[in-house]
Amino acid sequence: MSRATLWLLLALLLAAAGSLAAGKVWVPLDAWTSADPRSIIIVELRLPRTILALTVGAALGVAGAAMQGYLRNPLADPGLFGVSSGAALGAVCALFFGYAAQAWLLPLFALAGAAATMALLALIAGRSASLVVFTLAGMVLTSLTGSLTALAISLAPTPFVASEIVTWLMGALTDRSWDDVWLALPLVALGIAVLARTAPALDALTLGETAARSLGVEPRRLQRAIVLGVALTVGATVASAGVIGFVGLMVPHLVRPLARHRPGATLWPSALAGALLVTVADTLVRLVPSASELRLGIAMSLLGAPFFLYLLLRLRRRLA
Amino acid sequence: MSALATQALTLSLGGRRVLDEVTLALAPGRVTALLGPNGAGKSSLLACLAALRRPDSGAAMLGGEDVAALPARERARRIGFLPQQADVHWDVDVRALVTLGRLPWRGRGGAGAADRAAVERALEATATTALAGRPVEQLSGGERARALLARVLAGEPEWLLADEPLASLDPAHQLDVGARLRAVAAAGAGVVLVVHDLNLAARLADAVVLLRAGRVVAAGDTAAVLTPAAIAATYGVAVEVGVTAGGERYIVPMGRA
Repeated sequence: MSRATLWLLLALLLAAAGSLAAGKVWVPLDAWTSADPRSIIIVELRLPRTILALTVGAALGVAGAAMQGYLRNPLADPGLFGVSSGAALGAVCALFFGYAAQAWLLPLFALAGAAATMALLALIAGRSASLVVFTLAGMVLTSLTGSLTALAISLAPTPFVASEIVTWLMGALTDRSWDDVWLALPLVALGIAVLARTAPALDALTLGETAARSLGVEPRRLQRAIVLGVALTVGATVASAGVIGFVGLMVPHLVRPLARHRPGATLWPSALAGALLVTVADTLVRLVPSASELRLGIAMSLLGAPFFLYLLLRLRRRLA
Repeated sequence: MSALATQALTLSLGGRRVLDEVTLALAPGRVTALLGPNGAGKSSLLACLAALRRPDSGAAMLGGEDVAALPARERARRIGFLPQQADVHWDVDVRALVTLGRLPWRGRGGAGAADRAAVERALEATATTALAGRPVEQLSGGERARALLARVLAGEPEWLLADEPLASLDPAHQLDVGARLRAVAAAGAGVVLVVHDLNLAARLADAVVLLRAGRVVAAGDTAAVLTPAAIAATYGVAVEVGVTAGGERYIVPMGRA
């Protein structure tokens, strides 16, 4: 384990401790074990929320690193295949038809949405493992599910439902319970395990597809692993926290120098850095003085857009 | 070392017959050049030998086994392939690039001591040890070609197949990389190159295969095959073949035959 990874782990521990303590009510960590009545805040609210922030961040970080490595494109994002917008559409359907009254139904709808989008993607891309066909199919699905979501908002039976959908789409970790943790954690762990196994193949793709095949990489198998891994990580993320953009795009860039730019070696540092970023951001949104809590999804986008601009400017300079 | 051969290899791409019943036997320990005009099927033949393309009929055989039927990892260990478009997509350093050649050998835990030793040998063989820490994007064309060659050598394959490895190099680097390819063959491996330059082929190759429109025009020892008549039949040009004071043959195209 490199020194940078150790620093990331240390920062992650500090961020997790901060996330447990910080909020509208500041709870010192020693209140956890004592008979302090505030311990219930930590155990029932802050602990699941922190674990979920770590899970969601790690999932988005790994998914982003895997997508960028697979597509050999530093601007690729885990949302590119349409998984997150498909999952969002599933959740929006639950809200639209009023099934969301049962709290556990909404994440299931989101997971079903993610799975359906992946099935469609596989169907459209067919037996071809061509990156172009595949990426375009993903873009078609992203735009289709996006417009269906907009349709649901415009046809919402009551203004209340419309506002509920819009708020949910903005992504947040507010008031999450252990149920959300038990839903997301196993799926994300499975997804990360699937993606971690693609590391050597992603490294080989550094040399282009032909050379990668000559090194023993089987493109169709790799594609299946990437789709499955991204669907599990991103689908579970959207199901439990809504759409949180930019994490998957930004994090791999931040850690790439630590991995000496090798795409396979970028996966684990991206998990750590993603978890760190989301945990810190989710702690900060609780501390912003405002009537209602700032939505995490909005905070990430506010942070992400300038970063994306910075990336583009740097890319422009390199291409100039 | 196993011999590499093809049996009645036939391949069509987009309705056009690219390879037509190509039957060849290639010997290890030698440099073989695949020659022929544009579109003759040289790169397709190389891709079939590396099992990167599946022929419509016939087969490429490595020591009597169909290469397309070999498990991907075993095939990757035995046949090294250097494609013509040598893209490097991320800004990795030279050592990381060369280490990629060890992927078929690596266990779950990443590169081990044997892998690192093979990488150092490959760096030494291509005179890139001093460049090992440099990002690939900062290399010159010649340095990059050597680093990519080191990547294939690191896998220590029985057969090294390279698609125009000398095309974008200046004469000094052509001689340099050519000499290293000859050294690989001298060490016992088989080397098959797609070459466009007749003079380079004449200097480098022990054997040549002349292809035209997907068929073998002639194959065998370089001196015996690279005659004006065979070159005219392959390329449709008249050439003069001369011999230097040092006994090296050179070929000058004079006009259309």
